[in-house]
Amino acid sequence: MKTKFTTDTKLETEIAYFENINLKLESGDIIDSFKLAFKTYGKLNADKTNAILVCHALTGDQYVAGHNPITEREGWWSRMVGPNKPIDTNKFFVICSNVLGGCAGSTGPKELQNGSDVAYGGNFPSVTIKDMVKAQSLLIESLNIEKLFSVIGGSMGAMQALQWVIDFPDRILNIIHIAGALKHSAQNIAFHEVGRQAIMSDPIWKNGKYFENNEVPERGLSVARMIAHITYLSENAMHRKFGRKLQSRDIISFGFDADFQVESYLRYQGKSFVERFDANSYLYLTRAMDYFDHDETFRKSIEFSYNPNNHLKYLIVSFTSDWLFPTIESKMIVNQLNSLSREVSFLEIDTDKGHDSFLLEEPQLDDVIKGFLTNNFAKIDE
Amino acid sequence: MNKINSIRKDWSLIETLIAEDRKILDIGCGDGGLMEQLENNRNAITHGIELNRDLAANAIARGFNVVHGNAELDLSQYSNNSFDYVILSQTLQAMMKPKDILSELLRIGSKAIVSFPNFGHWKIRLQLLISGKMPVTESLPYTWYDTPNIHFFTIKDFLNLCNEMNIVIEKSIGLTSKGRQFDISESVTGVNFFTHEAIFLLSYKNFEPIKIKSSKKVFAKNSVIAN
Repeated sequence: MKTKFTTDTKLETEIAYFENINLKLESGDIIDSFKLAFKTYGKLNADKTNAILVCHALTGDQYVAGHNPITEREGWWSRMVGPNKPIDTNKFFVICSNVLGGCAGSTGPKELQNGSDVAYGGNFPSVTIKDMVKAQSLLIESLNIEKLFSVIGGSMGAMQALQWVIDFPDRILNIIHIAGALKHSAQNIAFHEVGRQAIMSDPIWKNGKYFENNEVPERGLSVARMIAHITYLSENAMHRKFGRKLQSRDIISFGFDADFQVESYLRYQGKSFVERFDANSYLYLTRAMDYFDHDETFRKSIEFSYNPNNHLKYLIVSFTSDWLFPTIESKMIVNQLNSLSREVSFLEIDTDKGHDSFLLEEPQLDDVIKGFLTNNFAKIDE
Repeated sequence: MNKINSIRKDWSLIETLIAEDRKILDIGCGDGGLMEQLENNRNAITHGIELNRDLAANAIARGFNVVHGNAELDLSQYSNNSFDYVILSQTLQAMMKPKDILSELLRIGSKAIVSFPNFGHWKIRLQLLISGKMPVTESLPYTWYDTPNIHFFTIKDFLNLCNEMNIVIEKSIGLTSKGRQFDISESVTGVNFFTHEAIFLLSYKNFEPIKIKSSKKVFAKNSVIAN
């Protein structure tokens, strides 16, 4: 396999081109060529034993740390990844790639179809978590890394980490699985469906061909984001942050302006999201999460794996106030691994910040990630 | 003996009961102190369960395989005989259903190690006799209304329960309140009186295989039919 690498200076990202590779997707469709945008942090050591793959969540991207030229802000996990941070780039070589189907430089609905000057839009094939991981595995291979020390992710990133365990256990040593599950629950699918309906009922969406007139279905996409954002928080966190406080006024307006701070906050979240995310990508990626389901099969795929997976270590973390991926879902994974006597650690962190906790200030999360990585790395380094 | 010393003493005695290179589950493992000791001195593969969130987080951060959870609810997830030893140090008296826990220990592990404070110690008996109030001692330092120790029992009670459950006591170590160590099984008289803390190595009785004449091959190994 020959992979071409370039640097996109505008997007401040590396891009790997996989040409004529005929990537077969789970749906049966084939993508003959594709590209992945990725960033790396730290240095790969001589033995190539210190590589960590960080998998981003639904609306994340490859900009884990440092400057993000799309948002003009710090990377989404810059509090976790960097020199002397819990995922210490003085010690580890951290890789993060924009998922297949994403919109930060990797092949997705926003990008031009192979050999044409028209974007995929709704013609992009359906992608799954398994497909994303397959694409990532090709990237890791082309970087000449035989074994990843760790695969780490929260939410949709956790799904990818779990998929690595199932598909490529012989190419990883451990995973850190945060706020995830064996399956996307009915309630989660329901929320995604509302978001997709918001996008698709925006008249500007035009069956995914909005780019032909250089338009964006802003209203639909921002409503989708507003709904999703509620699910990432918790009632207590919202109450603590906003309560019933009014926004830039002393008395209610008796109208439909954003009287309340919480309304104003959600509107802002929706608006800023539109500037950085592609509506079609949102449809495809939410669908990929919906299709994720290892509920019945996980135990068997671990027990009867073709590839050896006995060596794997697992760190599973959940949050008390996460109602999107509640602790019970994490415990199912832990139970199944324990019933197979695998080396698993599990912690439920007490916080009111909801599903988004994994992106926020949680000292205990920092401690266990740092300790888990450092101690396990010391063991292979002996 | 103060609490910390007493636990250290407990751990070093537990260590003497464990062979090299074994797989161990430590229930109520705290921040992994005993696991560390057994990994270092016995080359053990260790797993732990800890109810307290901060202790579990510490243990994980120190690199141990620890599941944050409740032993009374979460032991069922482990498969039969998946560990060589299951350790329950100084916690049986704090369990809601000690009998169920005891049978779970020996389902998961080939052997179980259980240690507990003896409520039949003479100081405790004397306190209750003289003051007429629930005893408060160094090893049981709580008042009756806020104690985590909800099931008090003596060595005699424990031996009776083991007998009832067909559990074999392979080894037993007693400690006096001064820290003197002795073999419980050898010193029968007054044992329940002088033992301050007790440590037991337990396993199930090994029954002879029952031979059943049948065209199909039926093996009933270790099956308990009656006492």
